[in-house]
Amino acid sequence: MSEILSQGTATPAASSDGLAVLEGRRSTAETFGIPLAVLAELTHRCPLQCPYCSNPVELDRGSSELTTEEWKKVLTELAEIGVLQIHFSGGEPTARKDLVELVQHASDVGLYSNLITSAVLLTKEKLSALADAGLCHVQISFQGNEPVVADRVAGLKHAHAKKIEAAKWTRELDLPLTVNAVMHRQNLHQLSDIIQMAVDLDADRLEVANVQYYGWALKNRAALMPTVEQIEETSRIVEEAAVRLKGVLAIDYVVPDYYALRPKKCMGGWGRQFFNISPAGKILPCHAAESITGLEFESVRSNHSIAWIWQNSEAFNRYRGTGWMPEPCKSCEFREVDFGGCRCQAFALTGDAGNTDPACTLSPMHEQIFKQAEREAAAHQDRFLYRNFAGGTLETEGDHGA
Amino acid sequence: MASRNISVSETSRPVLPRHTRLKFDETRQVWVILAPERVLAPDEIAVEVLQLCDGVRSVSDMVDQLAAKYAADRTDIATDVIAMLQDLADKGFLTQAREKTS
Repeated sequence: MSEILSQGTATPAASSDGLAVLEGRRSTAETFGIPLAVLAELTHRCPLQCPYCSNPVELDRGSSELTTEEWKKVLTELAEIGVLQIHFSGGEPTARKDLVELVQHASDVGLYSNLITSAVLLTKEKLSALADAGLCHVQISFQGNEPVVADRVAGLKHAHAKKIEAAKWTRELDLPLTVNAVMHRQNLHQLSDIIQMAVDLDADRLEVANVQYYGWALKNRAALMPTVEQIEETSRIVEEAAVRLKGVLAIDYVVPDYYALRPKKCMGGWGRQFFNISPAGKILPCHAAESITGLEFESVRSNHSIAWIWQNSEAFNRYRGTGWMPEPCKSCEFREVDFGGCRCQAFALTGDAGNTDPACTLSPMHEQIFKQAEREAAAHQDRFLYRNFAGGTLETEGDHGA
Repeated sequence: MASRNISVSETSRPVLPRHTRLKFDETRQVWVILAPERVLAPDEIAVEVLQLCDGVRSVSDMVDQLAAKYAADRTDIATDVIAMLQDLADKGFLTQAREKTS
């Protein structure tokens, strides 16, 4: 049995050597099969105000969101073209009143559905209705292992207690649970306790995801950037836990790329195996792609089919494969390993999405950015700028936004 | 937690957990197992065995059925089937049918 999809790993058909042959023989559009899984960002509305929110700084308003009928049409079309899994995300997907109806529709057209949620709006009745509608898997985000840190980071009082409750309901309903823990300087000291919390909640998987620094997180980089010592400790804790908890809890670990030597293979490569749909219906190569100005993204509300947009739209083809690469990527032996890293990060840090991701040590900007990150981590400026529709709110003394 | 670490024997009555789906992918013309954050491609034999995993049949029944169908040695079939099912169970794609206590 071969695994054909697992968190950003390539499909056999898209393995690096297989792809090189295909790219030489056929057009770019023919090379890329329809992704196995698609992320549906149903809304940007969210009761949490996490300072590292991965949504774009310019949030889609509720009034621009796709309607229930439009989302159903999208789900039907996705199933028809060969998508197998749908991740319902946001913002907070449970803020949509039609979520049960959309999960039911996903089931009706044969899609495997995941709910990626903060869980603070869930009730047991709502979760039970989602399970009855065919929901297959629940992923709940946690900001810490106890309320003091967790509620402050989320910018919402009692958030942590609600998440714990919802996680317990998830397992009572016999739904598989993934705990997603977003890590940064101000909660990394809780990592061991977070791992134990995931075990106690009877989770199947734990994602230890270090903050990715674009959008809101970039605005908060000085408050979030871990120290080198923290990262070394993190890797040690994760490695030890992965061995100790084999067969009990699967742990996926995303290394913070500022402290890595090579950049991450972001999204498995631009336009190679993933797309997401924004609340307003734009088809995007990654959820942060709208942060890149100057790229036009096509919408499901246009006259084009989703498959056409995936295969032919200018935005998807701009950074596909290796043809767009400048040096040092162009002649690099790793160019089909990491595909030049992250386009959004390259844009955020260099002003040009077509540059090498500065997370790579071969980028001429790497040294400068790494030094800056180290300085920021050491400066201990811990105040957050909370994410919201008002363009962000600075944390105040004692109030902590929560 | 116990249900996630089952030991497969001839008396087991394995079944796919509710969050795991076996389906034929019309687009790619392959059988797939859908699981959280994963899509797996089982081979022909695995598909045939998995289709027998209904939580009612015991592994012993499945082995009898396969041995008869392929006119093969029962011991060999049993070894292969149990190894394959254990592997799937270890990965979380197979569970034990719930005992009816009432």
